[in-house]
Amino acid sequence: MILDLGLIDYEECYRIQKDLVRKRRLGEIEDSLIIAEHNEVFTIGRVGDENNVLVPNDMLFAGSLKVLRVDRGGDVTFHGPGQIVAYPVISLKDPARDLHSYLRDLEEAAIRFLGDYAVCAERIKGKTGVWVSGRKIASVGIGASNWVTFHGLSVNVNCDLSFFSMINPCGMDDVEMASLARIKGQPIKMDEAKRRLLTHLKDILGLDENRTIDREAVLA
Amino acid sequence: MTEVKLPLIAEGVDKANVSYWHHSAGEAVKEGEDLVELVTDKATFNLPAPATGTLKETLVSEGDEVKVGQILARIE
Repeated sequence: MILDLGLIDYEECYRIQKDLVRKRRLGEIEDSLIIAEHNEVFTIGRVGDENNVLVPNDMLFAGSLKVLRVDRGGDVTFHGPGQIVAYPVISLKDPARDLHSYLRDLEEAAIRFLGDYAVCAERIKGKTGVWVSGRKIASVGIGASNWVTFHGLSVNVNCDLSFFSMINPCGMDDVEMASLARIKGQPIKMDEAKRRLLTHLKDILGLDENRTIDREAVLA
Repeated sequence: MTEVKLPLIAEGVDKANVSYWHHSAGEAVKEGEDLVELVTDKATFNLPAPATGTLKETLVSEGDEVKVGQILARIE
């Protein structure tokens, strides 16, 4: 199933995601995918360095910005409104049981999505994510439990990029971030962007599910 | 006695770091449940217990680097 959770807090979305992982491992559901936007939050991957959050804690909390340590690969990143996050809960099967190959698949979905907007995006050797003219526009950090995936992909569509200046994104101090809106010089329709990204993810991951469930139905 | 070994989790990646033990030595474990979390620079991977029983011993600690095929623990 496809879950469109709209704008949702990271922690609430994470709980839903982990519940899907549990059900997928038990065979109670088919491969699924969550698509959403988060309220502003910084997350640090399992091997990330807290020093890559450049803003003092008291300043973050004054603005009610959270920093969460999460069980994915990669270092620190930012999520906020206008950024699409996609969390596939996929049971990887042989011979595709390769986590890094799966990670490349997520990057490929972002590259094709950006291609829909006539934006030429690429990978950079030795780095994860998707880049446009040397600026990072999409980030990938994944986890798996017994080959069932969680976490995933974030793509900057309309989001406020100034939050990235509060961190060393992905642990790199010289990285500049991009958004689709900034590249195009105009706001992007989020519904259409979500639909396009979903199409490419479903295609690349082999999801043939057309049923989309909204947040109310998930929480009911 | 069942040995818990690090499988190949990605082509060309021959090592990972132990990031979290879901169980300690002496605890009961169930086949298929998360036993130990491993991390590469890009991904985390929860290795399931290959058998039901008691986690007899853990041979590596959180933070240790381990190689594909290395024995991480034994279940009895």
